[in-house]
Amino acid sequence: MQSKLCNSHHTFRLSAIAATLSLMAAVSTGANAADNGKYRIGVVTFLSGAAAGPFGVPAANSAKLLVEALNNGKVPAPYGKKGINGLEIEMVLLDENGGATKQTEEFRNLVQRQKVDAVIGYISSGDCLAIAPAAEELGVPTIFFDCGTSKVFEVVKNPKYLFRTGLDSVVDNIAAAHYVAEARPNVKTIASIQQNYAWGQEAWADFALAFSRIKPESKVVSEQWPKLGQGQYGAEISALSVSNPDLIHSSFWGGDMEALMLQGGARGLFDKKTVVLTAGETGMEHFKGQVANGTILGGRGPFGAFSPKNALNDWFRPAFIAQFKESPTYPAYKMAQAILGLKAAAEKGAKAGAMPTADQVVQGLAGLSYEAPSGTVNMARTKGHQAVQSVSFGEYQFDAKSGKATLTKVKTYAGECVMPPDGTAPADWIKAGFPGAKCN
Amino acid sequence: MTTLLAILIDGAIYASWLFLVAAGMTIIYGVMRVLNMAHGSFYAIGAYSAASLVSWYFSGEHGGPYWSLLILPACAIVAGAIIGLAIEQGLLRFLRGSDEILMVIVTYALLLILEDATKLIWGVNPYFAYQPYKLLGQTAFGAHLRFANYDLMLIGVAIVIGLLAWAALNRTNKGRLLRAVIHDREIAIAMGVNVNAMFAATFAIGAILGALAGALTAPAISVSPGIGVEVIVLAFAVIVVGGLGSIGGAAAGAVLVGLSRSFAVHIAPEIELFVIYGVMFLVLAIRPQGLFGQTLARRI
Repeated sequence: MQSKLCNSHHTFRLSAIAATLSLMAAVSTGANAADNGKYRIGVVTFLSGAAAGPFGVPAANSAKLLVEALNNGKVPAPYGKKGINGLEIEMVLLDENGGATKQTEEFRNLVQRQKVDAVIGYISSGDCLAIAPAAEELGVPTIFFDCGTSKVFEVVKNPKYLFRTGLDSVVDNIAAAHYVAEARPNVKTIASIQQNYAWGQEAWADFALAFSRIKPESKVVSEQWPKLGQGQYGAEISALSVSNPDLIHSSFWGGDMEALMLQGGARGLFDKKTVVLTAGETGMEHFKGQVANGTILGGRGPFGAFSPKNALNDWFRPAFIAQFKESPTYPAYKMAQAILGLKAAAEKGAKAGAMPTADQVVQGLAGLSYEAPSGTVNMARTKGHQAVQSVSFGEYQFDAKSGKATLTKVKTYAGECVMPPDGTAPADWIKAGFPGAKCN
Repeated sequence: MTTLLAILIDGAIYASWLFLVAAGMTIIYGVMRVLNMAHGSFYAIGAYSAASLVSWYFSGEHGGPYWSLLILPACAIVAGAIIGLAIEQGLLRFLRGSDEILMVIVTYALLLILEDATKLIWGVNPYFAYQPYKLLGQTAFGAHLRFANYDLMLIGVAIVIGLLAWAALNRTNKGRLLRAVIHDREIAIAMGVNVNAMFAATFAIGAILGALAGALTAPAISVSPGIGVEVIVLAFAVIVVGGLGSIGGAAAGAVLVGLSRSFAVHIAPEIELFVIYGVMFLVLAIRPQGLFGQTLARRI
């Protein structure tokens, strides 16, 4: 017997299962509660997913390099003492992929089951905002080495255990606005293309506000909001082309950034327009001839191609290249300075050879000024829990003959020039005209 | 006027890409009743293979640049046929007749395995095969609007593949046999049709089409981990809108989704994310089996 039935329920059932599965990702980790006298650090960064290649893996490689070199006493002064305070460092490396809920569970596992002494990690803004209160609740020193959102210390207003040794995206975009105004004084119309999530939305809001404050006559002619990881930007490039702006601002990163530049370049989008890529430094080794000379790149601080010459960088950069066969980009530098900050803080408060306590570490790190391959890091904002550093921008130049890319017309903006004072919301500070900013 | 022209051309290009991505998936479902979640991995493997071969081709003097355009379909056919036959003969043939939901889970597991396998083989750093993308130059439409000829070529490729698929199903003896299998597998077996061979060939063709979509897309993107997972959701949306298992439906779904998205990007970019799934919701609310989906008979 047969009866004709509509297969709508069937389609819906398949749809629901397929959609759910396509969004799922699961990574399991083992737990180890052994207390072996080593200083155990949980390191959390993207090892899978779209953020692994440009950010997570360089950061993880940097952590491996630093931990091994510190354990062997091979890092230059002032970090010559082996390990942390003479204790061997044991690193527990975890994947940040999987979303904020999973990361919060993994963070609790790290602290409560794996008994880590400190946690260094987190790139995603969503993960950072979820981990911040958990770090304070569990009382473990936690250093955000990247994490661009400006909301971290709004979620935790009086941090004790939570630190960030890198800068937020507000700083990047205020510096970018200054750079564009100085390097391209004739820019009048601006357009934007951002990944449609917290990072892109905050970046554009900060840049648009800062640029309109610096150049009130400027006008926004197009805003494009493609999905994170979209990869195809044909329609967005057409919309940007039709609006014909003088400047295009983008906080794109990773494969999205490289795809946008490739597709836009092939369609002549950048022939008469300047592009600002606030996270562009991570693509320098891949861009080659695909990105127009004169494209303005940022590196989220004095990192990667913007890093200064000093003894630590003279060791770090060649050692990284020798081990991983590629230049360290800004996530690698940021991870290195987070680990060195932890070491400096732990050794400041603890007796020689003794296991540093959580309180000794957080007291040592709050307000600390220490050296890193990127230069001096001052933990000088949010009661000593937020780093202050300079930010650099420059113009991309590719030499087809040598096959090498360089940065020209580099300008560096001191932290005091582009960071709002403690207790002032970034938007209010920008609207008020950057009061108290100390710019050269 | 320029905006309207841009909407139409962008919509056509995006629809072509969506059709290329979704065609293999809907063919496999139509014949085998397997909603193949691993289709995204075929796309990724095609993209990685093409990017590797094109990079190699341009790294030395291996011939004129235009030959690189032939590398793209060639490596898709080889990679797709190998991986498709290996999966169908090595795994799926043992599960024939299983519940469709089980097959979704099995192919989802395959997707995860193949995602990690691509990482093991190609690593996590991006690959580029940009040379073919710029090779064909660009065409100007007005003062500010230019399109890469490579993208315009994709419209032609999608039309050719759609017509070939239609002709193969409706104008060849093998196609008629395949339609017989689709209508009633048991009767087809009783009439002497080699269903095992039909299924293996169908899955291989679906895999080749998935790999071809990836290979043709590779020159325009950064080939990096995760690209397969991204496309599977889009491909799924397109074939559900068009009707599961229908080539014509996949084409109609691709055009509808492509034009809707293009319209949103130009007129209201803030709703771009929503519009694809908005179209899917509207179509399913009015016609739950999709635009070209057929009401099925359920045996009791």
